[in-house]
Amino acid sequence: MDTVSASITEHAPAAAHHHTAPTGWIRKYVFSLDHKVIGKQYLGLGLLAVCTGMALSWVMRYHLAWPDKAVPLLGLIAPKFAAGGVITPEFYLQVMTMHGTIMVFFVLTTAPFAGFGNFILPIQLGAEDMAFPRFNMMSFWVTFVAFAVLVAAFFIPDGPALSGWTAYAPLSAVGKASGPGEGLGQTLWAVSIAIFCIGQLLGSLNFIATTLDLRTKGMTFMRMPYSTWAWFITAIIALIAFSVLLPACVMLILDRVAGTSFFIPAGLVVSDTLQPHSGGSPLLWQHLFWFFGHPEVYIAIVPSFGIVSTILPVVCRKPHLGPRVLIGCMLAIAGLSYMVWGHHMFLSGMSPTSATLFSVPTLIITIPSAIVTLLWLGTVYGSKLRLTTAALFCLAFISVFVTGGLSGFFLSQPSIDTYLHGTYFVVGHFHFVMGVAAMFGIFAGTYFWFPKIFGRMMNETLGKWHFALTFIGVYATFMPMHWLGLTGNVRRYSSFPSDYMHGSLPLHRFITFSALFLGGAQLIFLVNLIWSRFRGPIAPANPWEASSLEWDTTSPPPFDNFGGVHPVVYHGPNEFGVASPRGDYVMQTDPPAAAAAV
Amino acid sequence: MQKTMAPPSAARTGVWVAIAAITMSFAAYSSAMVIRQGPVPEWQHFRLPSILYLNTFVLVISSVTLELARRRVGGPFDSLGRVDLSQADAVRRRIVWLYVTLALGLLFLGGQYLAWTQLSAQGVFLATSPSSSFFYVLTAVHALHLLGGLAALTYALRSLRSDDGPRPVNVLGAAALYWHFMAVLWVYLFVILALWV
Repeated sequence: MDTVSASITEHAPAAAHHHTAPTGWIRKYVFSLDHKVIGKQYLGLGLLAVCTGMALSWVMRYHLAWPDKAVPLLGLIAPKFAAGGVITPEFYLQVMTMHGTIMVFFVLTTAPFAGFGNFILPIQLGAEDMAFPRFNMMSFWVTFVAFAVLVAAFFIPDGPALSGWTAYAPLSAVGKASGPGEGLGQTLWAVSIAIFCIGQLLGSLNFIATTLDLRTKGMTFMRMPYSTWAWFITAIIALIAFSVLLPACVMLILDRVAGTSFFIPAGLVVSDTLQPHSGGSPLLWQHLFWFFGHPEVYIAIVPSFGIVSTILPVVCRKPHLGPRVLIGCMLAIAGLSYMVWGHHMFLSGMSPTSATLFSVPTLIITIPSAIVTLLWLGTVYGSKLRLTTAALFCLAFISVFVTGGLSGFFLSQPSIDTYLHGTYFVVGHFHFVMGVAAMFGIFAGTYFWFPKIFGRMMNETLGKWHFALTFIGVYATFMPMHWLGLTGNVRRYSSFPSDYMHGSLPLHRFITFSALFLGGAQLIFLVNLIWSRFRGPIAPANPWEASSLEWDTTSPPPFDNFGGVHPVVYHGPNEFGVASPRGDYVMQTDPPAAAAAV
Repeated sequence: MQKTMAPPSAARTGVWVAIAAITMSFAAYSSAMVIRQGPVPEWQHFRLPSILYLNTFVLVISSVTLELARRRVGGPFDSLGRVDLSQADAVRRRIVWLYVTLALGLLFLGGQYLAWTQLSAQGVFLATSPSSSFFYVLTAVHALHLLGGLAALTYALRSLRSDDGPRPVNVLGAAALYWHFMAVLWVYLFVILALWV
């Protein structure tokens, strides 16, 4: 090793290594190492996925409301699976599986965590990029491949899997015998999710290392903006959760393609055929899946906690109440999220003692959740609220989070869950607390950071229309599901045409109308996005008079985020409602002397 | 316009985070194995191939040789913290240990492959019983992670050749941390396999 032995080397700080801005189109926009481009790619993937997922939900809703009628246009789009637009129970389950999988993995995980996190986190820390840009690029493209593999199931003869987004074994493990789509379609599902895990592990690793090692001078942990805290905590949750889901998927794939019996018990007869497996346990899948699955709820929702907590002080023009308590609660929720997975399995035959052991931490998790909610409300209370669209979506987030959280109280009791678990009550619950709440966080983040990301303002009038119609649509769609559940309306059924649930049809029709209305309202958002991207007014560096570092650079930020400057931080992100030369706030980089000179 | 690359310490942080993730993965595999072993009559015990003892020895020794290499790659230093030129030959000699480590790593993988061929010769395949499934999966997933370690060490060697700054020392430090973890992980796997398979 001549170079080592023959050179005189300073054994301290960094010989600077640089990478320069790419000039080619491919390196700049496709295989980019820049965290901002990768963040936008993730957000784009999320948008593509949410459109797909929502279209699938319309198919389900239409069929539930009018089970005897053909779904318009479906016969043209999917003639192989729904000839003439007629939906079979199996195809309904396939659509349901894909809707759930796409929404949970490719929307609720990619957009608020990987999307916004990638774009904003390094800038809020004062870093030039993520710690490992190559891993970051791999993270996105691996996730994209996972999406492609999942959606590819629509283009194979038997179509996608039908075992639900939870892919319970042995249905998901025995192969073709258990139904159409359970052949190659289910294998594609398992492979897709395994690939997705790898992508998110690479992303989480980057988030954690960047937060620990790349904070700029003066950026202590307590000076980090709440959104960065939330992404950091989410990355820790995701790192542990996806590390467990990956082995589960590997074992599922092996059961399907290599003849192993991790999840398939002896003597299992499916479709009149004895399965050639022995010694596996379907419950093992449930335990491994839900050890990931419950934390996944927080992977979806904690970034929105951070987004809301970042936006509220800006629009309220006063400091966030109890910042340390807020961070402590997010950490507590992250820790508790690993102790409650069994509450998804109350009906799996677990003993009442085990059920109680899972029920108690589930109830305890409501304590930090309630504290955080009170902190938000306390921050808003008595403030001079600027009712921007982002602010409205933050308030709406609190509303749906509380609504969804309250129904969680019921479901966390094993005795009540026994009745409600298989019903629409659960569908209403998780759509509020996980789906819509996270979506409202995404909307708030979009209206807030769009000027920073694209350098143009979004249209606030369209934004407020979008907000109002979405808010109404969400409650009209998901609130009645609780009542359906209480009446015993089971979920996962494709239709209720001629049995004791026939009476629920009018309410199902109302929900379907609401869902179509809700979907239609999103067109306003799409139009606003596209119009503002190209025609919106040019955004100033800090349109909202916010304090964190991303507002201390141009909109959009330059390649290295701060134009060759290394920002130095003197303040926390929470200094609003104070007299300063800027008006009523102090930016994190304002030198103490300038901030004091009123 | 250009960006400064992350400080070298980030590599070490990254490896610690990766170690946390890999630990969780293997905790999932091994807890699944321990849970499955209990109640099922289909669990067939079989004798582990004896070559695994030799493989374990090889991997542990590779950790030692890597330390021999690592201890001196960035030094010895003089009082100003610079590489002491008078010790240049010693440094060069220590680098040899890195090649030895790589060779031992490959030898371990070869040994693992031999263990699989021995087992399959006895009629114990991946799908034979839950016990054999866990054996093959655990050893294969560990081998895959070890390949990552070999890649990291090769990358460290390459940066040692091309970069005379402190960066290769940090890269090697991070790679060494990962490699030692691989050895510890294998010892853990070997013990639980010996106990339950």
